[in-house]
Amino acid sequence: MTETVLRSGAERRKSTIDMRALSPFIALVALAIAGALINPDFLTASNILNVVTRSAFIAIIAVGATFVISAGGLDLSVGSMAALTAGVMILTLNSLGGADMSTLAVGMLAALALGAMCGLANGLIVTFGRIEPFIVTLGTMGIFRSLVVWLAAGGTITLRNFELRELYRPVYFGTVFGIPVPIVAFLVVAAIGALILYRTSFGRHVVALGSNEDVARYSGVPIWRVRTLTYIIQGICVGIAVLVYVPRLGSATPTTGLLWELQAITAVVIGGTALKGGVGRVWGTVVGAVILELVANIMVLSNFVSEFLVGAVQGAIIIIAMLVQRSVHRGR
Amino acid sequence: MDSVLRAENISKSFGPIEVLSGISLDLRPGEVHAVIGENGAGKSTLMRILSGHIAPTKGSLYLGGQPIAFSGPVDAESHGIVLVHQEILLAEDLTVAENLFLGREIKRFGFVNDRIMRERTRGILAELGTRIDPDCEVRRLSIADRQLVQIARALLVPHKVVAFDEPTAVLTPVEAESLFAIIRKLRSHGVAVLYISHRLNEVKAVADRVTVLRDGRHIATRDIEGLEPLEMARLMVGRDMSKLYPDKPSTISEHVILSVRDMVVPGYVENASFTLRRGEILGFGGLVGAGRTELFEGLVGLRPSQGRITLRGESVHFRNAREAMAAGVVYLSEDRKGKGLLLQQNLRVNLSLAALGRFSRGPFIDIGAEEEALDGAIKNFDIRTRSRDLLAGQLSGGNQQKLLLAKMMMLDPRIIIIDEPTRGVDIGTKEQIYRFVAQLAEDGLSIVVISSEMQELIGLCHRVIVMRNGHVAGEVSQADLSEDSIVYLATGVHEERAAEIAAGHA
Repeated sequence: MTETVLRSGAERRKSTIDMRALSPFIALVALAIAGALINPDFLTASNILNVVTRSAFIAIIAVGATFVISAGGLDLSVGSMAALTAGVMILTLNSLGGADMSTLAVGMLAALALGAMCGLANGLIVTFGRIEPFIVTLGTMGIFRSLVVWLAAGGTITLRNFELRELYRPVYFGTVFGIPVPIVAFLVVAAIGALILYRTSFGRHVVALGSNEDVARYSGVPIWRVRTLTYIIQGICVGIAVLVYVPRLGSATPTTGLLWELQAITAVVIGGTALKGGVGRVWGTVVGAVILELVANIMVLSNFVSEFLVGAVQGAIIIIAMLVQRSVHRGR
Repeated sequence: MDSVLRAENISKSFGPIEVLSGISLDLRPGEVHAVIGENGAGKSTLMRILSGHIAPTKGSLYLGGQPIAFSGPVDAESHGIVLVHQEILLAEDLTVAENLFLGREIKRFGFVNDRIMRERTRGILAELGTRIDPDCEVRRLSIADRQLVQIARALLVPHKVVAFDEPTAVLTPVEAESLFAIIRKLRSHGVAVLYISHRLNEVKAVADRVTVLRDGRHIATRDIEGLEPLEMARLMVGRDMSKLYPDKPSTISEHVILSVRDMVVPGYVENASFTLRRGEILGFGGLVGAGRTELFEGLVGLRPSQGRITLRGESVHFRNAREAMAAGVVYLSEDRKGKGLLLQQNLRVNLSLAALGRFSRGPFIDIGAEEEALDGAIKNFDIRTRSRDLLAGQLSGGNQQKLLLAKMMMLDPRIIIIDEPTRGVDIGTKEQIYRFVAQLAEDGLSIVVISSEMQELIGLCHRVIVMRNGHVAGEVSQADLSEDSIVYLATGVHEERAAEIAAGHA
């Protein structure tokens, strides 16, 4: 009955969607220009590669979070999950004792499997327990974190075998055709994520579920399976991030991955994914993760604000991103 | 007679699109003035201008002869012009009294005075002829009662003009009758009532004058005397509408395709049994809340249910909609916006959602095939859309219904259950939907039509099963189809008696 009104709103609405998809890229370019103006060292290849490399963990985790959030869910446990997975992976490598590729492969598989299991647990509790994902993952966040502390007996879990360390080192410090491995890893993860989200039935079901669960159910979408799978994907992404993270320091501590969940969610939101579900933007998420690291980098390179305030600035960014989204949304 | 509110040459444009052009309308005290028109004719825009929600681009409003420009709905309300919205806008967790006074609580020493508000709520509800408990949470009220609460809330402020936007869209005939009693009471108090609807029989029953809009233009304003619904429809659509219903398909066979025995949906339906034949259009009548929707949601696995279902001679039990779809049984929800379509997604995504498997090539979706299907659907179902990139929520009610039909037809079903096929749909689209349903039956499909519009059941169906309080109350065969026979089964009393009860209730 309000067709007449909507009809006219449609014109503007169309450009709205484009704006939402474009805004993280515009922000990225603006930040890069700002960084170049502040410090000429900013735009050097080594600095840029360094920044993007450091954003890899969050970017990979945030790709998983894009699935969970576009399906209307939330996962607060990713930081603790990363710490637990890293700890268990290192303990597995230590107990295997070898220093060859097969040992490394088993350890990596263990990390991926544990990530998937943790995601499965989150997913099953959310779907079958019918509990708010916020509460469920708040609970598992505490559980995972506490398990790391227990495994590490309050201290540090260190990869003891130095030969294995050397073997593993290139996964973080190595390059492929001049591009650091973590960047390759996160581009591959993002590409696969985008392919799944945009081009498969499952991806379509994820968006449908986040848009309106009832419509999805009435349309024959297997909502329980789809929802559980989003959490498993999140878990696997955490596993992949850990694979890249462990060779960097070769250890896991009770503070590993602290506040990663906030950074991941921030990256997703900056990227233009709607927190209430129904819209997923994988490439926006990746850009969001890079923006977070870029801001930290600019703060270090400049002298305007103390770098100890990086967290505050990142916190402000998520709020500003939401405000921008809201005003763009209202403008229709 | 002097008008209380008058619009002169009102035009409204959104950007380059003019949705109203040169509309004049005057409302007199003590009259019910109906505004009718198809979806998109501009009824709602006009109503929103009159109630101060939006400002006209051109033209002026006069209140009691003085020119006036409202700054917003609150301003209009303070001048005695109130709007009863079509959608129920109440806080479900608050009580009736709390809702009535939401945002205008009566306070004493800075604290809300519940006792006074409760009493005034009881008073105004009694005036409306209902005994809703002021302390009842709105969540526990029926849709009809919620609407009464909404009307009560509107009438709480001193009012000279009351505008109703499609108030009967969610009401049963009996409930609608008590609403008309309220409207007549308002009229007898000298209030001007603006009544927007596309149910022409109701307009005939309740209105004094009728203004017809078409494509944003004023077509006619007539006294109701001598203006019959058929003529109203002609004015609205711009062509002869005497044949709204197609001929009933003669393809109905004796072959029973679906048989349901002793179906139980806990809390809603007890021991419902019926059969559906090939090529048949089977109607389901009854009051809202009689369990029709729940019966079929149970049947297709959207709710827990027990019962013996035999489909093409085989015993089946669906655990979810997917299984029902795989067996060729689809259900189109009455709640298009909440359960039928993803309003925030585009037409293509909506069209293919239920049948994504059809559009898959290997692990991936073939977007080209989806686009092709959308072209086909837009053509075959006459989905009128300015652009194919629109979101489903931007379509009119009628076009949404066509899109939903197209979406479910992607599954190549054998049995189609359509719940309220023409709710919120204009008369031109209604005719198209009826023709489409008849065509499906002719093609040998079986259709169940759940409807609260008795004319629709009579005009469209071969046979009508009527439910009452979760039971199958009886069946009306094609030869006996009449409003009276359906109302009798739906309420247990004959129509005249039902009207009396409604009047007494009011």
